Amino acid sequence: MNTLKLLAVMVLTLTLSALSLTTEEGGYKIGDVATDFSLENIDGKMVSLSDFKDAKGFIVVFTCNTCPYAVAYEDRVEALNKKYASKGYPVIAIMPNNTDVKPGDNMEAMKARAKAKGFTFPYLMDKGQKIYPQYGATKTPHVYLLEKTKKGNIVKYIGAIDDNYKDASAVKTKYVENAVDALLQGKEIEVKETRAIGCTIKV
Amino acid sequence: MKRLIILSLLIICSCKNKDKDVSLSDKSKSVLITEKKTKNTVDFDLEIYDYDGLEPLINKSDDKVHVVNFWATWCAPCVKELPFFEEINQEYKDKNVEVLLVSLDFPRNYESKLIPFIAKRDLQSEVVAFDDVDQNKWIPAIHKDWSGAIPATIIYNKEKRLFYERSFTKEELETELKQFLN
Repeated sequence: MNTLKLLAVMVLTLTLSALSLTTEEGGYKIGDVATDFSLENIDGKMVSLSDFKDAKGFIVVFTCNTCPYAVAYEDRVEALNKKYASKGYPVIAIMPNNTDVKPGDNMEAMKARAKAKGFTFPYLMDKGQKIYPQYGATKTPHVYLLEKTKKGNIVKYIGAIDDNYKDASAVKTKYVENAVDALLQGKEIEVKETRAIGCTIKV
Repeated sequence: MKRLIILSLLIICSCKNKDKDVSLSDKSKSVLITEKKTKNTVDFDLEIYDYDGLEPLINKSDDKVHVVNFWATWCAPCVKELPFFEEINQEYKDKNVEVLLVSLDFPRNYESKLIPFIAKRDLQSEVVAFDDVDQNKWIPAIHKDWSGAIPATIIYNKEKRLFYERSFTKEELETELKQFLN
């Protein structure tokens, strides 16, 4: 009986540690189907990927108001939307932080920031923080490029916007643009994953 | 004595602010710049490295246990855990433990934020500034599993190396450190 109990505890421990491992290393890999969502936009309306009937895919950017890296990329995120929304790849920005921890990222602040910067893309609140863990976003800014297919929205690129957070004019490789261009041309994306420093998502 | 040191730090700091024309960021490439003012105020010799410069500092093969923490003044969880690294640095000094704080602050904030922060907190651990835009190269080079979020920490000696993309409490940090102390 005791052995049985011990065994049960061991199995439970193993399962739990396996679970915690999955949460830590979870999130999408290239080729996975990304979940849709229904999140509140700065205009008060709910937004889902499925609302964009004509889209060929999406540039999903986890970003926020308060992270210096996210701020450094704001204009470039806007530029991405300007360039690619009309080509079928709109930017969908999602603010993943807990606003109790970061009040500077609350809905009012998001509205103010979007207005000040003239964002033309949806800027959504991941209320309840249910979406970013499914994607596996760990920081802001963190980009997931999705391609719409019959099977769903397939993850095609994960990572940074480009290779220079400091100076947009000194960028050598525009990772996201190159990836979207490749999709638009039906080519294989050369660089599918990149890394960049960002601010931890606040839980 | 401590007060004296702080005072001298603040003076150094204000001196530095005066010659603001010296743009640290412009000169920061490939070689380290040492802003040496006085030898006894190690914290204020703000050394700025790119990855080639930092690499040997985080891969030492001496007999010490090295704790390397990647942080920035703008990173709230980093600032929160920073005192624990300071304490570890003090309390485990005689056990051959050395802490290195690698700041990822933006170069434009070195003088306005980072240096005043180091002075105000009177940081005793070695602090270096790390400025290298080619993040996609050096993040996986530092550790293959690092997504790029900070805080991040490496604990290593010449035999073993562990990487943590997380924040620590004092107890958690000590628990990890103790694996290296036997």
